[in-house]
Amino acid sequence: MKTTWSGTRAVTVATLAAALFAPYAARAAQPDDDPEKVVRWLDFKEGTFKGRAIDPHGDAVIKLDAPARAADAAVVPIAVNAQFPQTPTHYIRKLYLFIDENPEPYAGSFEFTPESGLATIETRVRVEDYTFMRVIAETNDGKLYSAIRFVKASGGCSAPADKDEDAAERTAGQVRIQAEGQAVAGKPELAQLMVRHPNRTGMAMNQVTRNYATAYFIRKVSVTYADKPVMIANVNFSISENPNFRFYFVPGGSGELKAHIEDTKNKQWDGAVAISAQPGGAQTSAMK
Amino acid sequence: MSVAFAWRHGVFVILIACAAIAHGEPVLSITQIAPGDYAHRGHDDIATPDNGGDIANVGFIVGTRCVAVIDTGGTLAEGRALRAAIRAVTPLPVCYVINTHMHPDHIFGNAAFKDDHPQFVGSVALAQAEASRADNYMRALNRELGSAAAGSEIVAPTMTIDGVGTLDLGGRTLTLRTWKTAHTNNDLTVYDEKSGTLWTGDLLFVRCIPVVDGSVTGWLDDIARIRQMNPRHVVPGHGPLDPPWRQSLDAEERYLADLARDVRAAIKKGETIRQAVDGIGIDGKDAWLLADIYHRRNVTAAYAELEWEQ
Repeated sequence: MKTTWSGTRAVTVATLAAALFAPYAARAAQPDDDPEKVVRWLDFKEGTFKGRAIDPHGDAVIKLDAPARAADAAVVPIAVNAQFPQTPTHYIRKLYLFIDENPEPYAGSFEFTPESGLATIETRVRVEDYTFMRVIAETNDGKLYSAIRFVKASGGCSAPADKDEDAAERTAGQVRIQAEGQAVAGKPELAQLMVRHPNRTGMAMNQVTRNYATAYFIRKVSVTYADKPVMIANVNFSISENPNFRFYFVPGGSGELKAHIEDTKNKQWDGAVAISAQPGGAQTSAMK
Repeated sequence: MSVAFAWRHGVFVILIACAAIAHGEPVLSITQIAPGDYAHRGHDDIATPDNGGDIANVGFIVGTRCVAVIDTGGTLAEGRALRAAIRAVTPLPVCYVINTHMHPDHIFGNAAFKDDHPQFVGSVALAQAEASRADNYMRALNRELGSAAAGSEIVAPTMTIDGVGTLDLGGRTLTLRTWKTAHTNNDLTVYDEKSGTLWTGDLLFVRCIPVVDGSVTGWLDDIARIRQMNPRHVVPGHGPLDPPWRQSLDAEERYLADLARDVRAAIKKGETIRQAVDGIGIDGKDAWLLADIYHRRNVTAAYAELEWEQ
């Protein structure tokens, strides 16, 4: 994804000005709005999918799990649950995440392969205002399916985490990757990747300099198992501080699960964990 | 007290009340906590059009030279009603408007005091915190309160405190102090030495559930230090004025310590935020108001804070 930081800043300045000079002008999104009439979504849809049909009832393909009212707008846990396992002939290739009212609505994409086992992803996002949240799934046959939720949350992008920003940048890049429970060969295994990073939105104005901080975030995450890709995320600051991803892969007998991470200053980090899976057919199941 | 004094005093109060009514100007109800310290008790609720955003405790301290306001309420209208309440007590000028932290229910009445040309006082971290949330706070305020929020705006501090600072009101010195990130990263307390009254801002919630918008571990550290200040009277940010503060502080500490303990245990078990939010309850001993609205938020914030701790 190309990040349009300058565009985001322009939007921010414009909305700030709107809030200051015409506090009643802006109308917030409401749950009973028609999600197919949101201009930012329609622009993105046209630009990205070029008139291709999107099945709006994608429940047999993906389910989007997001809270109707977020507890904390800066840390909104979401899950996109694939409804069938990945096979070489039928699998979800890519998930697009779009949050209508965020300063950069396109939060990014997650790519999967048959080796992913299950194209399910859990992460945490920032939500700036009451909004529709959409996931578009693209299957390997090129068909598109959407799942949509309305989320009530406010301020997740404009509120910086209340921690020392400099300290957050100094500790950036610690990586933890692990599999959950005992892996079983041939069965989709749940993995968690944690990256320490401020994932700064750049929406916070420095009161002294009157400048906006630059956005600074993890833009790409590539995870492989036994050197084959299982999950590739191209994302932006809509992902919460200290990004966290939970996803699946299919272990063989033994192999390494590796993550490669890049941020917007082109800093790069790697994490890896050796996975030794029990032979398939064992009593325990990795599916939890 | 002589009859003549009582008569004059009574007439004075009545005249002020009449003047206020004549202007159709609402006056905020206030209680004298200690000589010179006056506080208004906010509603134990979230901001609604019915309560007009009047949900925080606010007030003022009167010296021989001038008046310091401590938090200004959730709207311009509440700030004006607070100003009217001050005018019913003293004709002295307002020289300081202190904000205990960035939250809307404590700052949006500031504009009512602009014509008094006071110093607006806050933590050194307040201006930045307000500026980065300004857009969102204005939108949320208008959404929640509609026309009741008319004219409300953020007025940034003109004087900042980093550590400890004092303000002289004439015959009365206020000690202002900033804290380790706790309720927010810009918490500030006001201690009136003359009356021994500590205005805690939202570092102390009584009856209403504490809200973590900063750091649960920082807050627990701050509570231990607040206890050592050993004040005679306390004005909490929310809940009853001048409560038996040791018990109140203990209850708050218990809630936050349980929260940190349970979230750490959930992280250790490999639970996700969702599972932690669904699974972590509140000890039944303390019935917190607004728990249904803020407890899940607190679990989420604590989880995000503690998951990298090791």
